[in-house]
Amino acid sequence: MKAALTILRKLTGDHSALIGGILVFALIFTAIFAPVLVTYPEALWDINPGNRLQPPTAEHWFGTDRMGADLYSRVVFGARITLMIAIVAVGASLLIGVPIGLVAGWYKHWSGEMLMRVSDVFLAVPQIVLAIAIAQTLGPSIQNVILALSVTYWPWFTRLVYAEVRSLKNETFIEAAIALGVPTWRIVLLHVLPNVTSPIIVRSSIGMGFTILTAASLSFLGLGSPPPTPEWGRMISESRNYLPEAWWYALTPGLAIFLVVMGFNLLGDGLRDILDPRLRRGGVHGNP
Amino acid sequence: MRVLAMLLKRIVWVVPTIAGLIAVVFFISRVVPADPVALIAGDTATREQIEILREQLGFNRPLLVQLFDYYVDLLHGDLGRSIFTTRPVSDDLLARLPATIELTLAAMIVAVGVGIPLGVLSALKRNTVLDHVLRIVTVAGLAVASFWLGLLLQLYFSMHLGWLPLQGRISGFPPPSVTGFYAVDALIAGDMARFWDVLKHLALPTLTLTFPALATVVRFTRAGVLETLQKGFVAYQQAMGIPNALVMWKYVLRNSLISTVTQIGLLFGILLAGAVVIESVFQWPGIGFYAFQAILQSDYAAVMGFTVYAGGVFILANMLVDIVHALLDPREAAQ
Repeated sequence: MKAALTILRKLTGDHSALIGGILVFALIFTAIFAPVLVTYPEALWDINPGNRLQPPTAEHWFGTDRMGADLYSRVVFGARITLMIAIVAVGASLLIGVPIGLVAGWYKHWSGEMLMRVSDVFLAVPQIVLAIAIAQTLGPSIQNVILALSVTYWPWFTRLVYAEVRSLKNETFIEAAIALGVPTWRIVLLHVLPNVTSPIIVRSSIGMGFTILTAASLSFLGLGSPPPTPEWGRMISESRNYLPEAWWYALTPGLAIFLVVMGFNLLGDGLRDILDPRLRRGGVHGNP
Repeated sequence: MRVLAMLLKRIVWVVPTIAGLIAVVFFISRVVPADPVALIAGDTATREQIEILREQLGFNRPLLVQLFDYYVDLLHGDLGRSIFTTRPVSDDLLARLPATIELTLAAMIVAVGVGIPLGVLSALKRNTVLDHVLRIVTVAGLAVASFWLGLLLQLYFSMHLGWLPLQGRISGFPPPSVTGFYAVDALIAGDMARFWDVLKHLALPTLTLTFPALATVVRFTRAGVLETLQKGFVAYQQAMGIPNALVMWKYVLRNSLISTVTQIGLLFGILLAGAVVIESVFQWPGIGFYAFQAILQSDYAAVMGFTVYAGGVFILANMLVDIVHALLDPREAAQ
């Protein structure tokens, strides 16, 4: 509890982390209270040709889209999809990546080595390239985008946990635990895992931002869910046919992506400085 | 000797990595879908056509045999046939690769050429207004969706101001092909008007593509310079009364730039991944735009071919960067 308070105090002391925290909080708040925040709840499926491609006004703050739907309401609903994609994809990557990293890092066994080589292949290629292949095979839908992102993101966690476990294994306190005859599962879960938590949290935050960006790219390329789902990437892709007249169409969905990704990146940077002083700021980023 | 051994190891390592990549793509394309042949045949194929194709492609044989054949096909450069262009996928990709590389290199040149000076400036003038502005720009560069940025640039510079072309690689015919890079080919042909036209077409996609890479270079250079400034030899030289400018130029810069070179490999990933999306925005006729069209046409073989190709190019590029780095900094090779 005290540690949590210290972290909170440090977070608010660091401007960029504070801004990141606020942005992430705003996303979560928007996603949860979307039905209350929207001005036109029917904007998700309603077709209103008389109202199409209206510039921003007092009634339609962000303008309207090609179907005549209120863009503000669609962007707000989009927060839910974005947050869901990021949480499920990063969560699944954690569930796959962390155990593999722990086991492969602890035991010197060919199966662990084999899994590390598999993760090397995934890390050797830009995530979006493999994600495109997977999403195309499975067909366009949100579930498949999430699947494609999870399948391509877990190696980042595996690699991270693997390296940490390898170096922890040589620490005196681990050697002492082994010498005392503490069961292996206990050592790994109660002594190794807590020491890997900080980098995992940092990586997760940056991974959320990265995943959101990749998911938006996939749906921009036409691999997301079909309309009328209010995905930000897809909305930007739709807007291309109505430029330059409907300049507002792409503006707010893109701004939303920008703010959310920046929020997770800043939060991740801030958390890294606080939780893990060994890793300096300015480290590997953007391609987490 | 050590450097040589390291180089050899690095080159040999490429083989299992690419083999692994191909195995992963094979798994995605043959094991994941319920009926891979139906995917390859496309939406319009009849039941009978699918069965005939299954026989032709040998998809009715055991998976391991298929994987082996897949390797053999790839070693012969056979990635299957595109149902959209009806040409072999490998020919399509090979024809489009120079466009992608030209764009990637242009973005790389800007990222390194502008990013390193900005990063050094940011470190030397740290905590000034300039440093803060640059930090905001770099944070923004890593958070902005490239396709959105590209769209905004098109909207302003092409549609609103009319200064730069909206899309494509050139107006009219390309220059006589020597390297496949239009900018270089136009120069070789001595056709300055065409060279200028190519540059104008390059401007917006390069700017869009370079933004996240530029941010990365600035961050790394800044961190590298700041780290070098902490070193004992800098304090020593300053204590010796060597002029500050000389210390900065001769000792700090050279020592801190090595770490930036390491990051060029990372840059390649950012740029190549970005190119896939940005080419679709600017209809830049490279492998990314090809993949985008293939996705829209459900051209299955073409998408898988793209993955193998882009992944392979990326792995090879990284190998080259590692080799350059080892030659620049032999300490690295010793590790």
